[in-house]
Amino acid sequence: MIRYALIRILSAIPILLGVSVVSFGLLFLQPGNPVEALLPLEASPQIAEMMKQQLGFDQPVWRQYLAWLQRTVQGDLGVSLYDGLPVAGQLGGALFNTMVLAIPAAVLAFVLGGALGLIAGYHRNTWIDRSASALAIVGVSLPQYWVAIVLVVLFSVTVNWLPASGMASPDGIPRSFSDLSNMVMPVLALMLVPMGVVARVVRASVQDILSQDFIAGLQAKGLARGRILRHVIRNAMSAALSVMGLQFGFLIGGSILIEVVFNWPGSGQLLNLAIFRRDIPVLQGTVVVVAGLFVLTNLAIDLAQAAIDPRMRR
Amino acid sequence: MTMTQLQSASPSVSAAAKAPGYWRSVGQRLMRDRVGIASALVLLAIVVSALAAPLIAPHDPNSGSVMTRLSPIGTPGHLLGTDATGRDILSRLIWGGRLSLLSGITPVVLATLIGGTLGIIAGMSGRLVNGIIMRITDIFFAFPSILLAVAISGVLGNGLGNTLVSLTVVFVPQVLRVAESATVQIARQDYVDAARATTASRLLIMTSQVLPNVLSPILVFATSLIAVSLVVAAGLNFIGLGVAPPAAEWGSMLNELRDAIYINPTLSILPGVMIVATSVCFNLLSDSLGSAMNIRETDK
Repeated sequence: MIRYALIRILSAIPILLGVSVVSFGLLFLQPGNPVEALLPLEASPQIAEMMKQQLGFDQPVWRQYLAWLQRTVQGDLGVSLYDGLPVAGQLGGALFNTMVLAIPAAVLAFVLGGALGLIAGYHRNTWIDRSASALAIVGVSLPQYWVAIVLVVLFSVTVNWLPASGMASPDGIPRSFSDLSNMVMPVLALMLVPMGVVARVVRASVQDILSQDFIAGLQAKGLARGRILRHVIRNAMSAALSVMGLQFGFLIGGSILIEVVFNWPGSGQLLNLAIFRRDIPVLQGTVVVVAGLFVLTNLAIDLAQAAIDPRMRR
Repeated sequence: MTMTQLQSASPSVSAAAKAPGYWRSVGQRLMRDRVGIASALVLLAIVVSALAAPLIAPHDPNSGSVMTRLSPIGTPGHLLGTDATGRDILSRLIWGGRLSLLSGITPVVLATLIGGTLGIIAGMSGRLVNGIIMRITDIFFAFPSILLAVAISGVLGNGLGNTLVSLTVVFVPQVLRVAESATVQIARQDYVDAARATTASRLLIMTSQVLPNVLSPILVFATSLIAVSLVVAAGLNFIGLGVAPPAAEWGSMLNELRDAIYINPTLSILPGVMIVATSVCFNLLSDSLGSAMNIRETDK
């Protein structure tokens, strides 16, 4: 296990380096040269030249990259062009707010999707199975941002039970019933797709396990249904965990659309603002940190999976 | 087996003899699949109405009157109502199909061509080339797709072309992985070894032996990818990246009508219904294709 863990951790390093190259490269994708993008439109050529030297844009690209990488690894993501505040601080707060939605959504998706998949898998080819599968296909095809609008129409406009947008407590941590009511719709909208994906995977995995010889063996041994169920769940858990790692990344990365609808001050909203303010340091910082988190989450999930299921330690 | 027999079983002959039979039987199985037929018909109707927009749209999609703004569904002359500037929503939905379908389907077509080719090359190459291509692919998988699409089109700026480029970049690695794993499986088969034994060139083996066999899983995956692409493309337009107003596009219409959510809530849902319907149909079609081609879920 330790050997597997070490190899797996080491293999994440080139990926993280690649992620940093792509994030750094974003700067060069935009029309015009990077210095123009970093400066306000009214800046004089002299200032542009000064800025160019100061930021090292007169250096070869690989040097610029190494310098940027060094700062990024040390947690210095530069300052915002819009308000001059350090990007790291802004992003930290925004990411926290995103997590306030993403973590409950991930847990609910895992539990509910798992339950749905387990029920469907156990009642193979019955109407329960078919309706659960149909629900899962629709769930996967639904645009989250549209679901969010439908929820607002239903619960804010039609019956006025839930607030249509905003985050009640300034630090993101819900303390009262009213703070929680602000979270209900965004979490629901975020949860649907991963729930559908988990349900599909768990259903397939449960059917697969139930058809295997060792289950028949356990039944022949006279093992109680509950004890057999434990074996099934343990095996299906591993499959569900592997997709959940990917889905958690999608929850954080894809939260931009949900955060725009609900005006939730998370990392997606920050990225959205950065794009429209042409605030490249904020954009770059958000992309590299969120993608880095995604890699680390998948690493953690892989290690957890290997701990549960020895077959994964290839 | 004599040398002449071996040659008569040479790649080009066997592929030519096999291919029509396979595709015909896939077609026959598809025709028996009621869900597949139904979703194909719905998609056909959406595509045809988008293409025939100038003929069938009841109004000009871009002109409206302030006098008739936000009229509800069922208003005489405006079957699905009007938006905040009085433009006919039905006409905008029909015209909007053009840009929405174009920006959903084109990136998948491009990604299938690029990713499919690179994936087959990677699958047939030795460890070095395969390693290089696949490790670069891994890096792109480290980005959640919506984040990467938003970041690239955000940096590139507005415009249909930039949306297409960013989505293509996001989808190439995904198709590449599917194509590579299918190719690696096929390349291990005995008949490919047999083709190698006939001293057929690598290119000939690739086009006559490998391509026909990896095409099915790639096609099934690409069809389901269109469902994703439509949703993401409309999502980019929804947050204001993509086509510029006043052009009709389902995602940007969804955003425009969102402002009127308290005045006329039903209207604000309509463009999303089109996105969902198209996306669900492509997903169902992909499932039907998969079972007609005998591809299991896990092979995708």
